[in-house]
Amino acid sequence: MDSVFASIVQAPEDPILGVTVAYNKDPSPNKLNLGVGAYRTEEGKPLVLNVVRKAEQLLVNDQSRVKEYLPILGLAEFNKLSAKLILGDDSPAIQENRVATAQCLSGTGSLRVGAEFLAKHYHQRTIYIPQPSWGNHVKVFTMAGLSVKNYRYYDPTTRGLNFQGLLEDLGAAPAGAIVLLHACAHNPTGVDPTVEQWEQIRQSMRSKGLLPFFDSAYQGFASGSLDVDAQPVRTFVADGGECFIAQSYAKNMGLYGERVGALSIVCKAADVASRVESQLKLVIRPMYSNPPIHGASIAMTILKNSDMYNEWKIELKAMADRIISMRKQLFDALSAK
Amino acid sequence: MRPEFTSPSSSSSSSADRRLNALVRHLATASMVSQTAVAFSPTSGFHGDSVFSHVVRAPEDPILGVTVAYNKDPSPVKLNLGVGAYRTEEGKPLVLNVVRKAEQMLLNDKSRVKEYLPIVGIAEFNKLSAKLIFGADSPAIRENRVTTVQCLSGTGSLRVGAEFLARHYHQKTIYIPQPTWGNHPKVFTLAGLSVQTYRYYDPTTRGMNFQGLLEDLGSAPSGSIVLLHACAHNPTGVDPTLQQWEQIRQLMRSKALLPFFDSAYQGFASGNLDVDAQSIRMFVADGGECFVAQSYAKNMGLYGERVGALSVVCRAADVASKVESQLKLVIRPMFSNPPIHGASIVATILKDSNMFNEWTIELKAMADRIISMRKQLFDALRARGAPGDWSHIIKQIGMFTFTGLNSKQVEFMTREYHIYMTSDGRISMAGLSSKTVPHLADAIHAAVTRMS
Repeated sequence: MDSVFASIVQAPEDPILGVTVAYNKDPSPNKLNLGVGAYRTEEGKPLVLNVVRKAEQLLVNDQSRVKEYLPILGLAEFNKLSAKLILGDDSPAIQENRVATAQCLSGTGSLRVGAEFLAKHYHQRTIYIPQPSWGNHVKVFTMAGLSVKNYRYYDPTTRGLNFQGLLEDLGAAPAGAIVLLHACAHNPTGVDPTVEQWEQIRQSMRSKGLLPFFDSAYQGFASGSLDVDAQPVRTFVADGGECFIAQSYAKNMGLYGERVGALSIVCKAADVASRVESQLKLVIRPMYSNPPIHGASIAMTILKNSDMYNEWKIELKAMADRIISMRKQLFDALSAK
Repeated sequence: MRPEFTSPSSSSSSSADRRLNALVRHLATASMVSQTAVAFSPTSGFHGDSVFSHVVRAPEDPILGVTVAYNKDPSPVKLNLGVGAYRTEEGKPLVLNVVRKAEQMLLNDKSRVKEYLPIVGIAEFNKLSAKLIFGADSPAIRENRVTTVQCLSGTGSLRVGAEFLARHYHQKTIYIPQPTWGNHPKVFTLAGLSVQTYRYYDPTTRGMNFQGLLEDLGSAPSGSIVLLHACAHNPTGVDPTLQQWEQIRQLMRSKALLPFFDSAYQGFASGNLDVDAQSIRMFVADGGECFVAQSYAKNMGLYGERVGALSVVCRAADVASKVESQLKLVIRPMFSNPPIHGASIVATILKDSNMFNEWTIELKAMADRIISMRKQLFDALRARGAPGDWSHIIKQIGMFTFTGLNSKQVEFMTREYHIYMTSDGRISMAGLSSKTVPHLADAIHAAVTRMS
């Protein structure tokens, strides 16, 4: 008797992960893995931040801690601190209780939960993503029930931004369409709009009622400054309009495998945010019930303790600086040739 | 130099000014500050309603609502029997000693890092989980016919399995027992399956409606998916006997119905890991295919760490391999890869024979305490002469008991005795202690004699 799955085809290997598979097979002593999307030290090793190890020690050694289910939306304090981190301590949106935040599984999980919410509750089911974008974006949105279109972004001739094309394509999008914006450190191009260009994007989008969905995976990791990297998000929020933000702590806290992230939805009114929050639970509960406690507890411990927070900023800047230094060194080495 | 900004007039609203001030401050602190004017644009989105104004408030989750109400109650004798998590004799949550030990080992191993796991999770965890549920000597494992992927506890395993089925299986209907865990229908519906029910619980006997079950499964279309609670049925605590399981198996195989086991209580129900896995192993032994969603929330007390595994048992090794490759395409757009911490704890315990033995002892202690609570409640009800047959309390198995109380009686017990449970009369035996059994017995006795 045949398997009921006999006709299933072998899925292709994930292209990004396939690079590491090939690298591992290579016996050469000079091999270099430049596919990996995780930080490596000068010695080529993964890094667990000192402040993360410290926070983890505190948690595990605290015998009063238990492993009970978190609420569906995760750790409340983690959510509040995450919103403050990306929006700023003094954000009016937070002060006015207009932000609904849910702890999710890193950036991917935040994008998926936000997209499923939109597919269920928003009148426009199309999301515009930059060309190119992270390889997984299309599938996240499609599986959530949205259709995906592209807007021009990268200009291969200048290896910079095709700003004209971007404005044209967003300008031609139907009113209300969702637009994915990489908050900083665009993946894969590394090309970001300037502050002035962000302002033009903001004005254009607001005039057409386009809904921004920020993917913030590198706050602090791009420039070395948490506030600088949050600027695009904050300018949009400052105009009083609405937006979605998917936040990841994978890179900036080095928490990759712990899956720590948050989805924030900035609304025009507090009662809307409250109702939106209640509906987010109905997306999360049938997906995985409630989020994992460990990684978010580490992040929360760091964010709420000012000494640890400062330690984190220093370690974060060191990672960002090392990468910036590598850019300079590579550029210099190529120029020298 | 601070960028200039223009405002429409000196009488502009203070909230608009606040927003602009915040914007200016952010720009002023940036190293990339320019001297561009920040204009107050009439098209900036101040005007108009929220695009989510129409979103209605979702109802509170009924099970979680019980704990919310309990927390509000100031009574010193209040009892929370809604909670689906183990409590000690002192009414406290429990972290197993062996879990704390494993966690310390992981923490102290400075060579450990926090890199992304593979999409399917920790390979060792997956292998050990499959052995745990199918048995170390399972032919399905030996023949490489099992693919196992690490998922987020039971819920996550069910959801990933259901999304796979909705995409790749020819039958898009899943049959679930009546009643079942409140979250099951939504998990399957959101995954893209439609849900039908089969008769299961008989309120008159407070046992199994076996005839109804056989009829309903017998009339399901060939190939339909059937959800089976591997042991300790939630919420009723009513399980088929071994003989009944065998009849279910034969019927299902004759109609090519696809079993999807939800295994949330292995070892927690009877106290014995192998006994609680028998129903599953019976099905796997006949060479047929099935899905198994495994949770470590209860039996390892890892609730909030979200540790579980989805196993798909196939007829052939190459099929299992292809299935695994397709499971990755379900997981990657959902959360990319699973969380490392809880599964590392499980792997640490499962692979070390001393720790594994310690675990089985602590697990049995939890199961025994619950069984003891059942006996004590049964005895207390009989001692009070509470009308009716209460033997179902000791016949039912697992964390929950379906008392048979109706919603009016439940309401009465909450009002007069500060006892909190779900309105279907389900109580968590884990929430009881020797000290609180008498209070509950009084409440039930009063409810059945004074309310009908």
